[in-house]
Amino acid sequence: MTIAASLPQSRGEKLWDLLEKAGCYLLGILWVLPLLYSVWMAFHAPEYEVRFELFAPLTLENFFNAWNAAPFGRYFLNTFMLISTILVCQFVICTLAAYAFARYEFRGKTLIFMLVLVQLMIMPEVLLVENYRTISQLGLVDTILAMGLPYMASAFGIFLLRQTFLTIPRELDDAARVEGAGPLMTLWKVYVPLARPIYVAYGLVSVSYHWNNLLWPLVITNSVTTRPLTVGLQVFASPDQGVQWSVISAASLMTSAPLLVGFLLFQRQFVQSFMRAGIK
Amino acid sequence: MYRIRTAVTPWLLLLPAAVLLAAFTHFPAVMTFISSTFQTPRGKRPAKFVGMDHYASMLSDPVFVAALKNNAIYALGTVPASIALAMLMAVIVNSAIKGKALLRMSFFLPTVLPMIAVANMWLFFYTPGYGLIDQFLGLFGFHGRNWLGDPETALGSLMVLAVWKEAGFFMIFYLAALQQISPSLGEAAALEGAGRWYFFRRVTFPLLMPTTLFVMINAFINSFRLIDHVIVMTRGGPDNASTLLLYYVYNVAFRYWDTAYASAITVVILIVLALLAFIQFGILDRKVHYK
Repeated sequence: MTIAASLPQSRGEKLWDLLEKAGCYLLGILWVLPLLYSVWMAFHAPEYEVRFELFAPLTLENFFNAWNAAPFGRYFLNTFMLISTILVCQFVICTLAAYAFARYEFRGKTLIFMLVLVQLMIMPEVLLVENYRTISQLGLVDTILAMGLPYMASAFGIFLLRQTFLTIPRELDDAARVEGAGPLMTLWKVYVPLARPIYVAYGLVSVSYHWNNLLWPLVITNSVTTRPLTVGLQVFASPDQGVQWSVISAASLMTSAPLLVGFLLFQRQFVQSFMRAGIK
Repeated sequence: MYRIRTAVTPWLLLLPAAVLLAAFTHFPAVMTFISSTFQTPRGKRPAKFVGMDHYASMLSDPVFVAALKNNAIYALGTVPASIALAMLMAVIVNSAIKGKALLRMSFFLPTVLPMIAVANMWLFFYTPGYGLIDQFLGLFGFHGRNWLGDPETALGSLMVLAVWKEAGFFMIFYLAALQQISPSLGEAAALEGAGRWYFFRRVTFPLLMPTTLFVMINAFINSFRLIDHVIVMTRGGPDNASTLLLYYVYNVAFRYWDTAYASAITVVILIVLALLAFIQFGILDRKVHYK
């Protein structure tokens, strides 16, 4: 499609080209505008919420107000604990299962693999009524573990890692076996290191999913000591609390900040990871 | 000894994943069906078998009918819109335009942010009178309106937000697919004198078909799964004009504590998801050469 540009153009074509480019940039600006406006609001005093002045004085007061009005520090800690628990368990559980699917023959393999893929369609939050019942029977309501448990065996992770493991030559397996390595040792020394980019990709996708997840944590937590950031923000910004818009903006930005900063710093890796995870 | 070990090993490797998947996906899915045929147990009274009663009362429940209708409109509106925009964005970002990286970032940013955070931001934009949207429309002489408080616009307002949030995510998949298309195809078409629109329609678009189907199924699943913005922005109102199926499940189960009825509504969602799975694996996979 870039060829057309190198051909000689008539005046009409040039004008059309210009209009087209303008359209592209307009779409780009339109897409980022809501976010830019929220940033602007968060850094200005409440009286500028509806009065846009380019050189209005900047302030951090909204952030201080939000931080002091709700235990956001604790929420950050909870989210951090939730995400690290989920990620470590997902890596271990999905790696083991993916290895079984990629390198072993056993009875009912196809059927079991199909049963795993069911979770791609039916995410745990859709089954929240029954999952709530299960968690409360286990006596785990309002714990970090309860928020993570339904997601730890991730069909997406198993599928992604299986696809990757399948591309690793079997000879490496045999070589490791000759050296006397058992299955777990082979997995750890051969497969995991070779699949590193996929772990990074899956990790990024998983972290952003769980950082942003609201419904299941909202249902299963009810105290400050377990609530993750998303639920904390929901409680904080409820309309009946009567919090100012600029403070809500600041709180919303604050809760997204780590992901946002991470994305801006590692944009290329982020995009490539999402691509890699999507192509499989 | 070695043979016994290799026979047992795969099962041991699968065990943790199998237990968790069974406990939080398969078992609850089956239990949802079963509990939808019983009364909700209250206090010490044991649940009574009621057969299809919940499904019968569903049909005469105006809120359920509204949720079903809204969810259909929501899915059929947001899915094609986000797909078309995602395709357009990918083509833009994949072209020779200056500032590609910035454009890509702008399109992708909403994807990274939590839905709850952007829903809070958009709540302000939709504020009647002085919200960003009314201020902007005011420049052209339009009167302010209560976007989220008016049954006619509430669902549409949620849909706009959903498209804004998701299009950039789907763009990534199209971008990956576009980069797989050989540039020589474009060169050949240019030599033949094919216009760009013609080329897109006859070459690019068909080559993107597997991606479109993949994205479409995922977008449909999301439209039955993601309700964070409903919780934040409208709570299903006004007058159930913007309630979605899963939001209704959430309300029935955790506000009215009628878990049996909530299970029956969940079954409806499961049936829709099963149909989608059937379409993906049964019909489309055969027609489109995947992988």
